[in-house]
Amino acid sequence: MAVATTAAPTASDEKELLISGSEAVAEGLALADIDVVTGYPIRPYDTVIQAIAKKIANGQLVAEYIVAEGEHSQFEIVKHASTVGARVFCGSSGVGWAYAMECLVVTPPLRVPMVCLVGNRALDDPGAFGVEHNDALFVRDLGWMLCWIDTSQEAIDTTLIAYRVAEDRRVFLPLAISADGAFLTHSQALTLVPPKEKVDKFLPRYDRGDLLLHPDNPITVAPQANEDWVIEIRRQNDEAMKRAVAVIEEAYADFRKVFGRGPENPWFEEYMTDDAEIILVGMGTISLPMKVGIRTLRAQGKKVGLVRLRWFRPFPTEKLVKVLSRAKAIGVVDRDYSFGSPFHSGVVANEIRAALYNAEKRPPLLSFICGLGGREVTLEDVYKATDLCYNAANSGKSEAKTLWLGVRE
Amino acid sequence: MAALICEVVYRGIFQKNLAARIARGIVLSARKSGRWGIAFGRYGDSPQRNGIPAKDFAIVADTKEELEQNMARYEPKHTDVTIVLDDTLSKGVESWAWYGLQPINRLTVPNGTVLMTSVQPFESLLQDIHKRDTAYKLSLVRAKASFSGLWVHKEDHTEARILGALAKIAPSFLALDGVSQAIREIEWGSDLKVASARKAYDRLETRQVKITEGNAEIPYSFEMPKWWEMREGVTIPAIPIGKPKEGGQGYVPERNPYFKKFTTRTMRPVIDFDTCVKCNLCWISCPDSCFDVMPDATFDANMEACCGCGVCEAVCPVESCITMVNEAAFEDNASQWEMWRKDKAAYKTWLTAKIGDKQTTVRSHGFRFRGQYEQELTRDLDGGGVEITAGIPGENAAHKTV
Repeated sequence: MAVATTAAPTASDEKELLISGSEAVAEGLALADIDVVTGYPIRPYDTVIQAIAKKIANGQLVAEYIVAEGEHSQFEIVKHASTVGARVFCGSSGVGWAYAMECLVVTPPLRVPMVCLVGNRALDDPGAFGVEHNDALFVRDLGWMLCWIDTSQEAIDTTLIAYRVAEDRRVFLPLAISADGAFLTHSQALTLVPPKEKVDKFLPRYDRGDLLLHPDNPITVAPQANEDWVIEIRRQNDEAMKRAVAVIEEAYADFRKVFGRGPENPWFEEYMTDDAEIILVGMGTISLPMKVGIRTLRAQGKKVGLVRLRWFRPFPTEKLVKVLSRAKAIGVVDRDYSFGSPFHSGVVANEIRAALYNAEKRPPLLSFICGLGGREVTLEDVYKATDLCYNAANSGKSEAKTLWLGVRE
Repeated sequence: MAALICEVVYRGIFQKNLAARIARGIVLSARKSGRWGIAFGRYGDSPQRNGIPAKDFAIVADTKEELEQNMARYEPKHTDVTIVLDDTLSKGVESWAWYGLQPINRLTVPNGTVLMTSVQPFESLLQDIHKRDTAYKLSLVRAKASFSGLWVHKEDHTEARILGALAKIAPSFLALDGVSQAIREIEWGSDLKVASARKAYDRLETRQVKITEGNAEIPYSFEMPKWWEMREGVTIPAIPIGKPKEGGQGYVPERNPYFKKFTTRTMRPVIDFDTCVKCNLCWISCPDSCFDVMPDATFDANMEACCGCGVCEAVCPVESCITMVNEAAFEDNASQWEMWRKDKAAYKTWLTAKIGDKQTTVRSHGFRFRGQYEQELTRDLDGGGVEITAGIPGENAAHKTV
């Protein structure tokens, strides 16, 4: 065992706490000064509800904390609270998220900018708690903004950015932050928590304006509509999602100005992609074994890089294509499945195939399914995926099939 | 470049918060010397059940990159220090996420340390801890198994003492001053706890364990099936019904061969077959169907299936028939009834010794009387030892009624 060589960190106006991804989200919620939060426990999302309850009990946050009798009700409650002008938070995991589906569906057309945490969890049955991304992906086509976070630091930062983006009048769409169950929700890492004054500079008040449900602003929300109206309502949602692109870029740029950190590219993290022959793509904490594996592969002279997608909706099509089309082969690692889909691939692989369709250069793309139900994604899985990508790069052909890694066979 | 990897093996629920406090304390103490770190619970152990062996981990490293290197695993595959919060875990652990029996020293690196809270002598612990092919160190913090957990928060300074002991074991990562500073700053810290940490540092007892020492038993294990071997539809076959014990008499149920659960046990029932009135209550009440019906209609608790919950002792109407005794007092899972059948007089002597030895046999599930904590704490701090008090009903009391 070696002797300490690094000095302790210097003091700044940010405090450093040893907190989990869920606790970091709760820190962000306290700084965003939310008004209404509803809770119905399901692992791993329940960890954020525990952390918020503690904050309210300790007097660090003043908010209505409503324990609903199920996920369906808890999402209904925050939806209504948001229409009367409250900044709200809610969330769930796995089948709890599924149980709330009817309320999740109505949120985007009503233009309710709720922010949620999905603690990613495998769908029952079998009853399991480990991470899969299929739960959050339920809402991928419905007008929800979706992003995936990777660290406790990104958890607190993204929570603040999420309110800024969702509550921007140009957008007014719900936003779900996805955090991998266990790997992020239950691991405590050293995290910088900014002071309230800085947050106030970054995050304006929630102003619902002409959409506020209030006696001074008499409106009806969600009247019955027939075929004369529905397609126009969908088109409005479509436009809001398109406008979200610029709003997200603005928010990240401002975040960097105010807090002095955060990524230049909001959409995805690039790791050693500049000269990469092989680019692996994934979402969430899968990045950790990939980065460590890539360091080893680089030491062996293999030019491998990683793109970790942060934003899935809106999907960063052009930016992603620009980076990926430089590679000799692409390996997409899905922590989800889409049974019976093209090539029986995962969701992300199929999205990227579609994104590349109009690209001038389309490198071979391999689809991998890995780490389902919280199974460890091993360094060996990363090496195997890379080898197969090199085979495809050399033959110049896409494998028209999907490979499952780490399954007992 | 270096990293320190610790696992904290604990009793589910009972020690859940205690283990989390230790893992946090390790990272925050190491932070005092500029280290990076992460603390996490073993997710596969959730949701925990009372007493089921579970794990927390703490990893600290010189650089962020090295921390990542060690985190790129679901959980560490080897540990520099294995912290054990209950000495009955020496017999090995089997939890929801482990398949088969895992020796307590399985992940400990060669020449690493198993750090345990125990009042047992080294030799007695080494009868339980499995033998292995590399040497390691066994360090003891003299204390009973702590119940500073979830159901009962017995504030006994165990987390501070473990951190103090770690400062002795891994001083380059956890300097005693760093530990003291961190304890003061953490939400559960106090000056009194700092004193406890320093005393544990001074009093830590350590012994080398050679490859010739330890329990020679081969731990049970099994292969997990491939995806195409598994039944479809998320189904598992039922356990078959049982058979008579012998000669068409008695009844022994079949049991799950893959998940035995006995490492959950911290106390086991000791049965006086001579006083048994054959009322069936233990057999009916046992939540784990651990009782086998013997040809003479008495009931033998099967030690491969017993979780040690103590329900049998509580429901038994006979004053001196079933008595819960500290698991640490036993070396194997042999049948008590067979021992009794073979030599009744010898069995009586054995049983009387097991029940009578309060020093060895008493275990606590919390408090027994108001003010007990203050009394014990004083003793722990001043004397370096711990008082062993007699039990309460259902927890090895002298009498069933008080």
